[in-house]
Amino acid sequence: MIKNKINYSQRKYVIGSIFILVALIILIKLFIIQIVDDSYKHSSDSNTLRYITQYPSRGKIYDRNGELLVYNDAVYDLMIIPSQAKKIDTAALCKLLNINHSTYINNLNKAKKYSMITPSIFISQITKEEYGRIAEMLYHYPGFYFQIRSIRQYPRPIAAHTLGSIGEVTKPEMDKDSYYKLGDYIGKSGIEKYYEKELRGTKGLKITVVDVHNREKERYMDGACDIMPESGNDIILGLDAELQAYGEYLMSGKTGSIVAIEPTTGQILAMVTSPTYDPNELVGRKRGTHYSQLLNNPDKPLINRAISGTYPPGSTFKMINGLISLQSGVITANTPYPCNGPKSTPIKCTHYHSSPVRLYDAIENSCNPYFWQAFQDMMNLKRFGGTKAAFKFWYDNVISFGLGRTCKSDIPFTVSGNIPTMEYYDKLYHGLWNATTIRSLSIGQGEILVTPLQLANVAAAIGNEGYFIEPHYIKCFGNPDDSVSFEKHIINIDKRHFREVKKGMQSVFEGEHGTARMSAIPDITVGGKTGTAENPHGPDHSIFMGFAPINNPQIAIAVVVENAGFGSTWAAPIASLMIEKYIKGEATRPKLEEKVLTTNNAE
Amino acid sequence: MRSKNSIGRIDIWLLIIYLALVTTGLFSIYAAAFNEAHPHIYDFSQNYGKQLMFIGVSLFVGFAILLIDAKFFNVVAYVVYGLSIVCLLLVLVVGSKISGSTSWIQLGPISFQPSEFAKFGTALALAHYLGKIDTDFTKFKTKLISYGIVFLPMLLILAQGDAGSASVFIIFLLVLYREGMGGQILIIGLATATLFIITLCVSKWFIMIGLVVTYAFFLLLIDRTKKNIWLVTGFLIAACAIVFSVDFAFHHILKQHQQTRINIILGKEHDTKGVGYNLNQSMIAIGSGGFSGKGYLKGTMTKYNFVPEQHTDFIFCTVGEESGFVGCFLLIALYLALILRIIYLAERQRSPFSRIYGYGIACIFFFHFAINIGMTIGLVPVIGIPLPFLSYGGSSLLMFSMMIFVFLKQDANRMNIF
Repeated sequence: MIKNKINYSQRKYVIGSIFILVALIILIKLFIIQIVDDSYKHSSDSNTLRYITQYPSRGKIYDRNGELLVYNDAVYDLMIIPSQAKKIDTAALCKLLNINHSTYINNLNKAKKYSMITPSIFISQITKEEYGRIAEMLYHYPGFYFQIRSIRQYPRPIAAHTLGSIGEVTKPEMDKDSYYKLGDYIGKSGIEKYYEKELRGTKGLKITVVDVHNREKERYMDGACDIMPESGNDIILGLDAELQAYGEYLMSGKTGSIVAIEPTTGQILAMVTSPTYDPNELVGRKRGTHYSQLLNNPDKPLINRAISGTYPPGSTFKMINGLISLQSGVITANTPYPCNGPKSTPIKCTHYHSSPVRLYDAIENSCNPYFWQAFQDMMNLKRFGGTKAAFKFWYDNVISFGLGRTCKSDIPFTVSGNIPTMEYYDKLYHGLWNATTIRSLSIGQGEILVTPLQLANVAAAIGNEGYFIEPHYIKCFGNPDDSVSFEKHIINIDKRHFREVKKGMQSVFEGEHGTARMSAIPDITVGGKTGTAENPHGPDHSIFMGFAPINNPQIAIAVVVENAGFGSTWAAPIASLMIEKYIKGEATRPKLEEKVLTTNNAE
Repeated sequence: MRSKNSIGRIDIWLLIIYLALVTTGLFSIYAAAFNEAHPHIYDFSQNYGKQLMFIGVSLFVGFAILLIDAKFFNVVAYVVYGLSIVCLLLVLVVGSKISGSTSWIQLGPISFQPSEFAKFGTALALAHYLGKIDTDFTKFKTKLISYGIVFLPMLLILAQGDAGSASVFIIFLLVLYREGMGGQILIIGLATATLFIITLCVSKWFIMIGLVVTYAFFLLLIDRTKKNIWLVTGFLIAACAIVFSVDFAFHHILKQHQQTRINIILGKEHDTKGVGYNLNQSMIAIGSGGFSGKGYLKGTMTKYNFVPEQHTDFIFCTVGEESGFVGCFLLIALYLALILRIIYLAERQRSPFSRIYGYGIACIFFFHFAINIGMTIGLVPVIGIPLPFLSYGGSSLLMFSMMIFVFLKQDANRMNIF
């Protein structure tokens, strides 16, 4: 028996081998999951590390004199972690938050559906005042806490269209730029949109280690891998807040726009569109409601008429025609043309004056026959050898004023207006057309359409006697390392011709018959031209373009008041007040101001 | 005088390995259950403080065992075994429910698991029975009694609903094998287990077809004597019976959570939030340790409680995450050293009781070690049995320590056996 048992002692090797084999299997499996397979390491990180985005403060926006136009203000989002929100006195909380019970249930369910353990927004954008009241009591309600968030604020309710607004990113915007994550804000219009990259700064990252309940426990590697957020760049605009506010004040109750440009730099001094809205309306919790209200408003306050409204320039276009005629050599400033007043053909004169007229008088009196005859002679000028060549000369010069195209600068959504081309007329008239066919062009009617911005730019180009800088909003960045520059355009018309036209424009204010003589400003020599633009949509538009002072212009301006009648009645006085306000710092003609304000063009 | 001598002759290597494991356990529990408010390892309000206390108790009991006469355990083997059976019966009546199975007995502030006690008792009883000079394993009666000793506590524990603890007793088959049980039983057992797993993975009808094809194949190959044909046919019928009963048992006897655990291991179910959560988090914790680990007390998964029950059944995650493959390798080497050392010592015993007892505890340690670690890395289903000396828990540490010290005493006393 004992012998029998000893025989089995060799089995220790079998048993030992089983033990070693199993240990080896375990080691191989460990080797695979710990060394070969990387996915466990990544899973561990995603389990335990929370990447918290640190939002940079968005760049502020100032006017040309350093006045703050846009800044950031703190609002508070009330956050909820549903799994921690237990034993809540619902009625008391609803009362505290000033919401009804169904909203409470609704928001709670929404949060629960998103996640039980990760926070979601319960009520967004609570104001500082409400925050103070609620925060005091919030300790009664576990699972609720406040998260600070910044929104845009506008100290003055002006320049809504220029400044633009920000809103939550949309799916297409996120697809285009991976910088954005759900819930981020992005510039939607105006400056906010164009300078989004500069204003937004760079997001930072805080990495924290969390426990299984998603509670933050510590900084990951003591913050060594954190990225500090970089604040956005401030922007200083060419805009003059005082002038902008004054312009909006003058335009209240009217439909139309004002664009003022600093001729030497191309900076926009003011861009008024009316009706407008308070930019603060498109901020915070009420943004959605206000936005749809504005969208459905029949007066279309969301449209920026200064850059997207197109109007026939009317008589203001005679400056360009005069300049091109002078440049072509068909006339000199002293070339006389007869005017038969209302009996003139094919275009009658709307003003009464002596005949014949020379360039200065023609501008002063806005004499249609003069410009028609000059235009006709140019089209038939032998030197060109045909209407089409002459038309090409005219067309090339017209578009060199920046007309017929969109603005190539930081002003988004500009429209091109319209300058008819040769091809257009060939098609329309089957190739059979001459100066008479297109005679409306001579007085700025017909197919010509310009935006107020383009018109102001024409004024700047004339004021500058032959060049303009592409109009733009920005003056410079808050951080001087970032510079901006915009293209300078030279117009191929001699300086002396500009001087002749400017003389005529001066007499619009100072001449005996000047159409804007009622709007002359004491101590400031203004050059300008009124326009009364016929249009198919209703009464004539009242138009003005001009600049001041005449010899060294600091401001070029265009004013359009829709369906208001004569340029001399509305647009010219408004431009005059604007010019005075800008140059003198104040408007000194209360009577004129009152007249502009008390009557609106609807009457 | 003699007992003093035996203390002097205890196997120092086994003692060192034991102490190394217990210490590793304490520090692992400290890492797993670390509470910033109570940073001291001797803080008795914390699990690590309690474990330290359990270690103290275990060492005290162990020292006491060394002072007792070596023959004592041979003599009381049946008493211990009988006591543990009574406890197991008792637990069915008055047991308190902890995590799904009624396996605990509450005695005032102390609660303990009779199933831990039963392993010790079974090892002693089996050693006592087979170690008797007149026991002949070739006899049918001997086999029956041996199996009875092993399977009685196993069935009682199964009745508590604690399939994990019950499964430990299977490993006693290895002890019986060492003492003369036919190797074919191990092979048949292995084949049965394989068939078991295949049944769970593949439709039983496919297996039937496979079995019949194999059967036909065998019939072609072998000498078609009457005996052989009956034998092969018998195997076929047995195999079919296994397949059907396993299929039935799996779907009708196992509880839903046990089915799910098995399915997850077999890759038939993916469930990272429910039952699979433990396993998934455990594998992430261990896998993220990499080669050399994240450093002691720096395991983020461990520290922030991503793995449930980490200080008890999933203590190996702490080692895996914080000390990496290197740490795991060393720990597994330590266990292997423990088990092989016990076998080495067992083989040098003059007394069959000591040898069989040694094999018994070596197999228990092996089973716990293999199944526990295997479960944390997804090799075997999640079975709630502790990792010896590392898992937090008083009754398991005390039992495992007693097993070691009783064996140390037997070994130290081996020269006095003639």
